[in-house]
Amino acid sequence: MMEQEKKRNFTTSFRRQSTGLRGRRRIGETIIQALLFLSGFVSIFTTIGIVYELGKEALLFFQMPEVSILESLTNAQWQPHTGNFGIWPLVTATLMTTVIAMLIAIPLGLGVAIYLSEYATPKARNILKPILEVLAGVPTIVYGYFALMFMTPLLRSIFGRDVVEIYNTASAGLVMGILILPLITSMTEDALSAVPRSLREAAYAMGGTRLEVALQVVVPAALSGIAAAIIIGVSRAIGETMIVAVAAGAGPKFTLNPFKGAETITGHIVRISGGDLSYDSIDYNSIFALGLLLFMITLTLNIISQRIVRRFREVYE
Amino acid sequence: MKAITTSTRPIGQSVQRPNPSLKGRGESLANYSVNTKGRRRKGSIWRWIFQLSTMIGIIALLALLLNIINGAFGYAVLEAKVDPATLAVNGVPLEEQSKGQLIDVLQSKLSSGAFNKLERDQPFAERSRANVYQLVIERLVKYDIKASWPLWDSLTHSGEIKATFARDYPNAQLRFISWFTADFVSRPQSSEALTAGVRTAILGSLWTILFTLLLAFPLGVGAAIYLEEYATDNRLNRLIRTNINNLAGVPSIVYGILGLAIFVRTLEPLTSGELFGLVDPTTANGRTVLAAGLTLGLLVLPIIIINAQEAIRAVPQSLRKASYGLGATKWQTIWSHVLPNAMPGILTGTILAISRAIGETAPLVVVGASTAISFDPASPFSKFTTLPIQIYQWTSRPQDEFRSLAAAAILVLLVILLSLNASAILLRNRFSRRL
Repeated sequence: MMEQEKKRNFTTSFRRQSTGLRGRRRIGETIIQALLFLSGFVSIFTTIGIVYELGKEALLFFQMPEVSILESLTNAQWQPHTGNFGIWPLVTATLMTTVIAMLIAIPLGLGVAIYLSEYATPKARNILKPILEVLAGVPTIVYGYFALMFMTPLLRSIFGRDVVEIYNTASAGLVMGILILPLITSMTEDALSAVPRSLREAAYAMGGTRLEVALQVVVPAALSGIAAAIIIGVSRAIGETMIVAVAAGAGPKFTLNPFKGAETITGHIVRISGGDLSYDSIDYNSIFALGLLLFMITLTLNIISQRIVRRFREVYE
Repeated sequence: MKAITTSTRPIGQSVQRPNPSLKGRGESLANYSVNTKGRRRKGSIWRWIFQLSTMIGIIALLALLLNIINGAFGYAVLEAKVDPATLAVNGVPLEEQSKGQLIDVLQSKLSSGAFNKLERDQPFAERSRANVYQLVIERLVKYDIKASWPLWDSLTHSGEIKATFARDYPNAQLRFISWFTADFVSRPQSSEALTAGVRTAILGSLWTILFTLLLAFPLGVGAAIYLEEYATDNRLNRLIRTNINNLAGVPSIVYGILGLAIFVRTLEPLTSGELFGLVDPTTANGRTVLAAGLTLGLLVLPIIIINAQEAIRAVPQSLRKASYGLGATKWQTIWSHVLPNAMPGILTGTILAISRAIGETAPLVVVGASTAISFDPASPFSKFTTLPIQIYQWTSRPQDEFRSLAAAAILVLLVILLSLNASAILLRNRFSRRL
């Protein structure tokens, strides 16, 4: 013990001699480390802030005399001015745009990813990937304009002007599919290219065609990554706001017709908060309740996708 | 690697009798070899399908760009409320009048109150002739847009357009308008489509981004340094990591609601400037540039952290070891060796985060962007509008001319984003050359 102590004393005194600043530096280092830890902790504060603020106001919303949780789950009308707060019109519209978007984004996204990872020459890939990245970098309000000014007139000229309303969930959903396409493509392509080359070579050696190798060997091996990509895509579609705010229509309507206008959860929040919203009004509290619902759904989907990746990932050495 | 790729292709395609075990499912060998042609055909059909879906993606991008360009130019029918010919002085038409003559016209036709207000905004002695001419057009001639056509129609159906114009609008003039001009970028916002511009919105975006950066850059880089250099693998640090990933997936509108609750409402004294005695407490309003910037700061924080983490991770371990070997402390090592080497990567990630923030609309609508302001933001406590908000408002209006303005504003936004991304790519290239 004594000897160790001595040794330590010796080394510290030696260092002090050589740098002369060690004692003071250490306090500085600790302060810096604490500051860095705090900035890391800000992200936790943000989550706590979201849960606390949204939860608090949502609770106030459900305490209002006009609102009850049971009623909002059974009522098929959302009309704040008549005291109807049934969540279903907003939920069905959200589901409709999401389903339409995924009908576009999943097949196209997988097709593009398989093409880029299994078929395209490196040269073609180097040209095509940046183009698709541009698609991912375009702001969503621009897609909103595109939905209203291109997709809606297109749908109206195909299906007839009396069938398709000016504001409809179909055009919003289709354009949302284009928006989510690059997301699914890039995540799927990452998963496909993580499959080791040896698996492909083995399958080719067995006489598989390129398609058989891609669909029966590479895709199954990357399935967890693909599933995660799809779930993230769904989560993104549910939270997508500006496309539906511009093109899907204003006014919650309970309809399953994609050619009619309807308002999604996000679209409703944007429309309600567009004016000068007065604090503690029922509208003000309702956007917090809806925001909390959105947060819960997307958080659950994100966690599921992370779990899938972690649990089912094939690990190759 | 390349040699392997090229050599595997012919094997996959030229095999005559593939091993049945690959296809399996009880097919007999005899059956199977007959099927080679079918399998190849199937392969080429699917290959075509995969190629097609890639093409669809590219076509969508092209359609998007062409649609915007289509909206930003085209013929419009302008009808003047007052015929410019009646404003001629002594036979000199409006276009050829001097600045003094134009001011006289304004003075004689406008009420003295309106004229004095213009003088107060900016004395006529200081205004240029072009500015006064624009005032005459705006305040006296007052063009009204009766109809407008997109670029495609203007090019392909110009005959019909001219016929419609001649038939329906005898007192008007037909003009080919480019909505996307240098003037459009430098003019302030206005409720008249012909004189509206995006200067107010661009300045609003810049102010907002400034505060986004001031919040998110130090915090984001700090968090990344902590996670990469200091954090041990304990429960709390794992929680922070998972949490950052989850925050990156939270819909942007939820951040808007959070910003409304925290920055606009709870921190109103700070964000409205009341704390600094700049505004009267009774009229204080937290819906300011500062609140918007901070909200976007929280939104892009996870993006900056994740990118900075990657950049820091890419710094070779040998650099740190060498620095420690020379007796540097941990922070000295990070500050003078890790950070300088990671900086190009960190900046690239920050630029990507900025371009995300510049395009965000939904959270700012919730935080409370102003619908119509025509004065430039002058302080952190100004009311704000941003470029995407302006696009949203113009798109939501039913008149065609405002949709054209929206298209032109989108072009401005895309040019800004494109130059940001180009600088990110330049940085990335420099980065990869150095390491």
